[in-house]
Amino acid sequence: MISQLVSLTLEHLELVLVAIGVAAALAIPGAILLTRRAGMRRGLLSFANIVQTVPSLALFGFLLPIPFIGGIGKHTAIIALCLYALLPILRNTLVGILGVDAAVRESAVAMGMTPNQILRQVELPLAVPSILAGLRIATVTTIGTATIAAAIGAGGLGVFIFEGIASVNSGMILAGAIPAAVMAVLADEGLEWIEKRWSPF
Amino acid sequence: MNPDASTVLQIRSLSCRIGDRWILNNINLTVGAGETVVLLGRSGCGKTTLLKCVNRLIEPTEGEILFQGRATVEWDPFRMRRSIGYVIQDSGLFPHWTVAANAGLVPKLENWEPHAIEKRVNLLLEAVGLPPAEFANRYPRELSGGQKQRVGIARALAADPPLLLMDEPFAALDPITRFELQKQFQAMRATMQKAALFVTHDVREALMLATRIVLLKDGAIDLIATPINFLAGVTDEARAFLASIEGGGGS
Repeated sequence: MISQLVSLTLEHLELVLVAIGVAAALAIPGAILLTRRAGMRRGLLSFANIVQTVPSLALFGFLLPIPFIGGIGKHTAIIALCLYALLPILRNTLVGILGVDAAVRESAVAMGMTPNQILRQVELPLAVPSILAGLRIATVTTIGTATIAAAIGAGGLGVFIFEGIASVNSGMILAGAIPAAVMAVLADEGLEWIEKRWSPF
Repeated sequence: MNPDASTVLQIRSLSCRIGDRWILNNINLTVGAGETVVLLGRSGCGKTTLLKCVNRLIEPTEGEILFQGRATVEWDPFRMRRSIGYVIQDSGLFPHWTVAANAGLVPKLENWEPHAIEKRVNLLLEAVGLPPAEFANRYPRELSGGQKQRVGIARALAADPPLLLMDEPFAALDPITRFELQKQFQAMRATMQKAALFVTHDVREALMLATRIVLLKDGAIDLIATPINFLAGVTDEARAFLASIEGGGGS
């Protein structure tokens, strides 16, 4: 039981970390691109918004029959979790960069900085607190949503929860729910700590 | 036409349209080394637009601007902007950089040696009245409005540009601090021989700082005059500005 708990917790962590990593790798550069192209902004944000409104169990179900990306197992779950994590990261990165004071940006241009220098030396550093807040929201919600991934055979702490529901065993449900909740709280606190430490100004 | 050596900026038949509105109409103006040309006008007269056309924050629609004898459109815009100091009302200091880093921005972009940057920054902070020992490592949020503007001026002067563009740099300050900075600007100008284009809506400031006043009205030049001649109030707009201050056009 204990060894299963440990392995399911690790599996859960793996689902979350891979999903968040991939989502961040897509959403942060995506958001940077969107700050340069106002025209595309609405389209991509509404796509991410719509994905967010699909119930997670339904999304896992939709992905199952799709060739290559679907099917039983971890990768399907990771794709779904990733889609959910995209919006908070994308939106917070956008807000962080677009929220840079107009006078600061105007000065940067007028002092002769190139767009690349402005992005790396001004916009991104100033957007870091907002980006970290987005990562925090995405991580905490993904830890919760990932319990449902057990329904499509992706493993994780949801295994205990679904088994507990099937066998009407509250202890079993709690064995899955409590570690997931603890993980979410720890992730929240940890990322908040990093967020606070980051802003020296 | 060959501009003489002291001409830093020449604006020729400049017009600028934003959307379908003409903001500037046929502006002709020359600024020489050591001159402070003040662009005076009401809100919306186009004075800030004119300033931003010079360093290409806004692209002119017609006409041309020569900076150091060369058309601004022929310059590499990044290089050119590093040779033109720029000071704005909200200072625009980078909040995540120290005072020293902010003041040393342009030398850093120009790849100066760190030691040379530090030396230059210390010299300038001293010159604008912020002793480096006390201020170099502070962040902008730890400064008063007047101190921020001083850093903004140090930043604009850091790479020793021949031209300064100043957009209502003192407008947001309290009257006492404003007067201090105006005095400081006058004193520094006397030693530096820079050309300056200075935007304001404050006729007192224009009279105090200008070597020439360019009065703008509805995007066109209404009058160009020295402060003394400006006091004669030869146009309606000049009289309107003079009437707005105590003692009016009669003084």
